Amino acid sequence: MSDQNDPMAEIRASFFIECEELMEALQDGLQELEDGSEDPETINVVFRAVHSIKGGAGAFGLEALVRFAHRYETVLDEVRNGSLHPDSDAMKLFFLAADHLSDLIRGCRDESEIDEATSDELLTRLDALLGEDSVSEEVEPETFEVQGVSLDLDLDLGEEPDDSATVYTVRFKPEQDLFATGNEPSMLLRNLCDLGEATVRCNFADLPSLQDLAPETPYVEWIVELKTEAAEPEIRDIFEFVDGLCELEIIGGAAPATLDTSGPAEAPSAEEALPPPATGTADLISDDAAPAESTSAKVVPMGAKPAPPEASKDGEGERKANTTAAKSVVRVDLERIERLVNLVGELVINQAMLSQSLDEAGLSPHSDAMNGLEEFQRLTRDIQDSVMMIRAQPVKSLFQRMSRIVRESSAAVEKEVRLVTIGEATEVDKTVIERLADPLTHMIRNAVDHGLEATEKRQELGKPRAGTVTLTAAHRSGRVIIEVADDGGGINRKRVHEIAVTKGLVPAEAQLSDGEIDNLLFLPGFSTAKQVSNLSGRGVGMDVVKTSIQSLGGRITINSEPGKGTTFSISLPLTLAVLDGMVVNVANETLVLPLNVVVETLSLGKDDVQMLRPGHYVVRWRGGFVPLYDLGVMLGYRHHRQTDPGSIVLLIVLEDGSRAALVIDGIQDQRQVVIKGLDDSFYRAPGIAAATILGDGQIALILDPADVISGMGHIRGTDLMLSERKIANE
Amino acid sequence: MSEQGQNKDLELLTFRVADQEYSLDIMSVREIRGWTRTTPMPHAPDYMRGVINLRGTVLPVMDLARRLNLPSQETNERNVIIVVKLGGTLTGLLVDAVSDIVAITEDDLQPPPDISSDPQMSVVRSLTVIDDQMIRVLDLAAVVPVSSEEAA
Repeated sequence: MSDQNDPMAEIRASFFIECEELMEALQDGLQELEDGSEDPETINVVFRAVHSIKGGAGAFGLEALVRFAHRYETVLDEVRNGSLHPDSDAMKLFFLAADHLSDLIRGCRDESEIDEATSDELLTRLDALLGEDSVSEEVEPETFEVQGVSLDLDLDLGEEPDDSATVYTVRFKPEQDLFATGNEPSMLLRNLCDLGEATVRCNFADLPSLQDLAPETPYVEWIVELKTEAAEPEIRDIFEFVDGLCELEIIGGAAPATLDTSGPAEAPSAEEALPPPATGTADLISDDAAPAESTSAKVVPMGAKPAPPEASKDGEGERKANTTAAKSVVRVDLERIERLVNLVGELVINQAMLSQSLDEAGLSPHSDAMNGLEEFQRLTRDIQDSVMMIRAQPVKSLFQRMSRIVRESSAAVEKEVRLVTIGEATEVDKTVIERLADPLTHMIRNAVDHGLEATEKRQELGKPRAGTVTLTAAHRSGRVIIEVADDGGGINRKRVHEIAVTKGLVPAEAQLSDGEIDNLLFLPGFSTAKQVSNLSGRGVGMDVVKTSIQSLGGRITINSEPGKGTTFSISLPLTLAVLDGMVVNVANETLVLPLNVVVETLSLGKDDVQMLRPGHYVVRWRGGFVPLYDLGVMLGYRHHRQTDPGSIVLLIVLEDGSRAALVIDGIQDQRQVVIKGLDDSFYRAPGIAAATILGDGQIALILDPADVISGMGHIRGTDLMLSERKIANE
Repeated sequence: MSEQGQNKDLELLTFRVADQEYSLDIMSVREIRGWTRTTPMPHAPDYMRGVINLRGTVLPVMDLARRLNLPSQETNERNVIIVVKLGGTLTGLLVDAVSDIVAITEDDLQPPPDISSDPQMSVVRSLTVIDDQMIRVLDLAAVVPVSSEEAA
């Protein structure tokens, strides 16, 4: 990708992107199969995904990938043609193989080590499913081109083709897209001829006169009478890759006599009967029968439906019903989207400025300008939403990764676990998805390892053998809610409390509510697993999860019911480009605090503030003491602490669960602000996360409260200096 | 900037800082903006006036007088911010007023006398005389601190 001079690298990169999509389809298909899907298309999708990966890998000489994909495909092929009925063990193996396939793809992409041992082990197990005869099958090179998958047309395939040769009539009429996608009818027909004795006729009935001829529209159809021992599915296989791009009819089992070949007495050989694709139609007219000669058009025997006239008129005629309309997708460089997002951010700010200045100009709210502004505001909002939508991606890919985590972790702890995913189509900002993977992995592992009971215990309790982990995504009031729920035993609050006490996290005599006990899980250094299993409990606990969720501007909550299970809910903002902030005044400056850290606002009472030691104050809050800081002093905006009664104090909760109280001068507003990065190339301000632009065009700094408070220590020295300098300057 | 050659034209933007005439190569100047209130950055070095909104991006503004250790003037409506580009970074320089754009040739420039004890001389690249008035040509790279150099 970085190497722009190498066109191969680009193609290669797009192959790997394609692989990701194919893997997604494969996972989906396997899941459907496991859920008992009877639709033959499902296994076809699975097969085709592996097949295409193999094909692409072959083109790039990725041997390890080809080898694995090929034998995997062989097994899937057996399933497809019905000679193998996968039981649940086989399905598990298929999933494992799919996981490994995606590892291999990643390995090939990054040119990293490839785990041959796992390949071999899985292949042996896959081969075992096949029985001995096919074990030694070798990789055939480049076989992907015309390997078939049956089309599920609504034709009655009831009668068994008997062993002796049968005559089929195959009517094949390409549509415009067939050529557009680079398919070549002559190839298809030639393959058809390879199956047996074939008579190919070309039907020019629809061919218009030369002046009416649209150069890119196919007008001709071919009728092939094929005498072959092959069964009908084999014939259909040939047309697999043009499924939906042509009209195809196969009338089988008819005795040769019923076919009245009243057409051209001497059927031309396949070669001759193949005019070049539509662009060359002119040649076709000159050296073959005139378009007027249309007698052969209606020779198609009974049962065959005549081609719908509209379909023959233009290439965009009706498709076969089973062609699922492929969503057309544009791949765009993320940078371009970022740029667009930034521009829209500016637009939003600009609009706010405009509306403020129009307001100040004292225009009547009914004036044209004000009405126009209203419309403008609505449009801006729409544009902003749409741009954010571009960055949004369904969480499906993330959830699929999680299903792998469940498989792996349930195998490691020997529990039967079923993962149920709900709301895969929910869309979330791409960056959020990327940064959600780690915490979610951890939570899933936790649910499997700690949340669910051991299988025997579940049976004792009369619960289903297999535990269920439910992963849900949904939009709720402008945020994304992601829930990880298990149907295990719930949080053992007594034990959690004990552990917290023994670890000195809470005083032994503290009376904690259920909710408070649950939240102890998020304390750093808390891990309830009795032994350190190799799954979770590696010292990183839920506190890490909480921190990473909070760094995304999210919140995490626990809901646990003894005996019924535990649910972790993550609530996230839809995007990282906009922040819900509380706009406050401090020492004549406007600052923005992330709303999610603010728990409460207080007004200081007369005796609320106590001095701990000189320079350190605490405020009484619900029977406890919370350290009190003056934001103005901390930021060096003023040097006198303002803790007079009546001062406004924001109570904030830091990521480690500790609380702090910040003295501010006033609260302006709660609103969404557009986040602007600060260029800290030559000065990085402590405690400042970013900036935003207010409606009046002024910049307001967005605080990182944790940084402000933790920075107190080393700032203290310079603080005094700065205050003095301020006095000197004023 | 002009290449080596004699009589090559060079345009300077001249401006006043603390009642003294300074100038910058006009090629490094992106735009000149009227004074707007800056948002101060906490605990920043004192020559950092803060940040302003430059059409949607956050532009750091530096008080050139303080940067040059000159007595800082009261800010008023006539103050302007010269937006300069050095490398890929935009920076605003707060000056008292912009005076003129003058075209000179390389020959008109004289190297500053070597007075190493004078701290502000290190930022003056050369001197020139226009209308009997000495004008200092600033070396932008020395004025605008680069990356971590100034991190306090």
